Amino acid sequence: MELLTALFADYTLRTVALGAALLGVVSGVLGCFAVLRRQALLGDAMSHAALPGIALAFMLTGQRDPLVLLLGAAAAAWLAALLVLGITGTSRIKEDSALALTLSVCFGFGLVLLSLLQKRPDAAQAGLKRFLFGQAAALVERDIVVMAALGLPALLCVALLWKHFKLLSFDPEYAASLGMPTGALSILLTTLIVMAIAIGLQSVGVVLMSAMLVAPAAAARQWTNRLSIMVLLAASFGALAGVSGALISATTRGFSTGPTVVLCMAAITLGSLLCAPERGLLWRWIRGRRQLAPVD
Amino acid sequence: MAPEVEVQLIAVIVAAACALPGVFLVLRRMAMLSDAISHTVLLGIVLGYLLTRDLGSPLLFVGAVAMGVVTVALVELVTGTGLVREDAAIGLVFPVLFSIAVILISRFAGNVHLDVDSVLLGELVFAPFDRVRLLGLDLPRALLVGLVTLLANLLLIGLFYKELKLATFDAGLAAALGFAPALVHYGLMTMVSITAVGAFDAVGSILVIALMVAPPAAAYLLTDRLARMLLLSVLIGAASAIAGYWLAYWLDVSVAGAMATMSGVAFGLCYLFAPGRGLVAGAARRAHQRWEFAQQMLTLHLLNHEGTAEAIEECSPSRLSAHLRWPPAFAAEVVRRAEQGGLVQRRGELLTLTERGRRLAQEASLR
Repeated sequence: MELLTALFADYTLRTVALGAALLGVVSGVLGCFAVLRRQALLGDAMSHAALPGIALAFMLTGQRDPLVLLLGAAAAAWLAALLVLGITGTSRIKEDSALALTLSVCFGFGLVLLSLLQKRPDAAQAGLKRFLFGQAAALVERDIVVMAALGLPALLCVALLWKHFKLLSFDPEYAASLGMPTGALSILLTTLIVMAIAIGLQSVGVVLMSAMLVAPAAAARQWTNRLSIMVLLAASFGALAGVSGALISATTRGFSTGPTVVLCMAAITLGSLLCAPERGLLWRWIRGRRQLAPVD
Repeated sequence: MAPEVEVQLIAVIVAAACALPGVFLVLRRMAMLSDAISHTVLLGIVLGYLLTRDLGSPLLFVGAVAMGVVTVALVELVTGTGLVREDAAIGLVFPVLFSIAVILISRFAGNVHLDVDSVLLGELVFAPFDRVRLLGLDLPRALLVGLVTLLANLLLIGLFYKELKLATFDAGLAAALGFAPALVHYGLMTMVSITAVGAFDAVGSILVIALMVAPPAAAYLLTDRLARMLLLSVLIGAASAIAGYWLAYWLDVSVAGAMATMSGVAFGLCYLFAPGRGLVAGAARRAHQRWEFAQQMLTLHLLNHEGTAEAIEECSPSRLSAHLRWPPAFAAEVVRRAEQGGLVQRRGELLTLTERGRRLAQEASLR
């Protein structure tokens, strides 16, 4: 209760909660499409690959404006996605190898750039390290504005192209046979996922961002068979985990934001896997017992 | 030994140790498990430390290896429920375990030498300062650990080469012949886990992934033979390690990051220039095939009209472009190549087939 009053009174807490909620909603919605299209791990590769983008954006512009850094991150993540698709499309390297390769090499390159920056006399790299594990407590109003500027258009895009994305996720061949530009649509969808990743970088960090795409979608999937409900549920789960994780992290010592948000999300996911009606493991177990029980 | 030499030696040995199990990960399409394992071994180390309060305890090593295997088992458990697919299961399991580790460190172990930066990055440059004495020799600990891992991997692969090979390329046959697939799988995962833990200290978790996946992926583009792939992976890994060290030395940047970058460069070179499978070789092959096919078309066209009344009209070099719907420059080049290859000859305004050209056309029409 004390926390709730603080939430409305305290400027920092309000900013943090707003940012985390925004992240949760956007990554929840777009994560659904990523999971349905079997691209859960592409998010992992893309978010690791965002690191060199952040460092390069800072090196080239010398600015620490969140918009510049996040656009750099998004560009690098987008290139990484193209790289993975290019490698699997033009050689016999399988998707898993291409993902692991892109992820580790891009991240390694990012570390090289970060250590280059560290040598700068103005020690300006301070503040870039927080992109590793996120630091929601450091969010300011300007960050929220940037996050909203990236996230709301992405959500709007999903709403406008809802039918297209739905068909693309479930039956791409049929979508192509209807004359939909499936290539352009999948690139657009990947771009939107990149936006979601960029939004999460400041609060969750590159290392754990992928979980924010996968977990809400996996949790929401258990409760429903309808995409619309799944997307709404994933958005709420994401927002819930984001806000509670960010608040715990901002008020408790030793809880980095990224890991805390991920653990909150994991609790929701575990609950869904166990308790969701029809699909949940508990229900399945009860059903099994009932079938075993002797008939009176 | 000078510290720089020792660092390079450690890097080469770690790279070789990682490349060996990496080959099987790449071939069995499980490369992303290296990502999961290399992150979650941290939890094993932290739990081991919290139990023993001693960073040198062997329990840390055991805990880390066990946690790697537990990760794989958890991924399989989650996949086995049928509620989520395997890729999503990996994406669910390892961030959770890694998060627990990060929080435990900052809550309970923040004051000891165990911070998250060095987990991701490793501290290869400081490896020569941590020394142990063995058989009267004064060795860096990381060197010893790397050597033991490398030898263990070599021994295991040497002993179970046949089993691993069969289970990798034909799992069904392996099971039918009575090699327990689960045993091979978990044996391999234990090997990956031990390697990740052994390398982890020196080079950090991200470089472990790079060294496990990039050299085998590069070698996969160079050869079709398992033994050769193992050897090439070790060589490519070692070369990336040394190149990375010098890159880091010249630019004064993170050694682990530079090695990961160089392993990516090594893969990129193979991807572009691998004989037969590289992009360049592929483009060259397609270009070659285009000319071959066009020459075949030309001989077929000439054969069709050979000795007929319209031959003068159809078979003059200047009219070919219109009849075969080729751009004039292309048609001229095809005729030039065909003449050079002895397929056709020019008689005034008429192109005629040589004996070789006629044979080629007949073969092509029979196909």
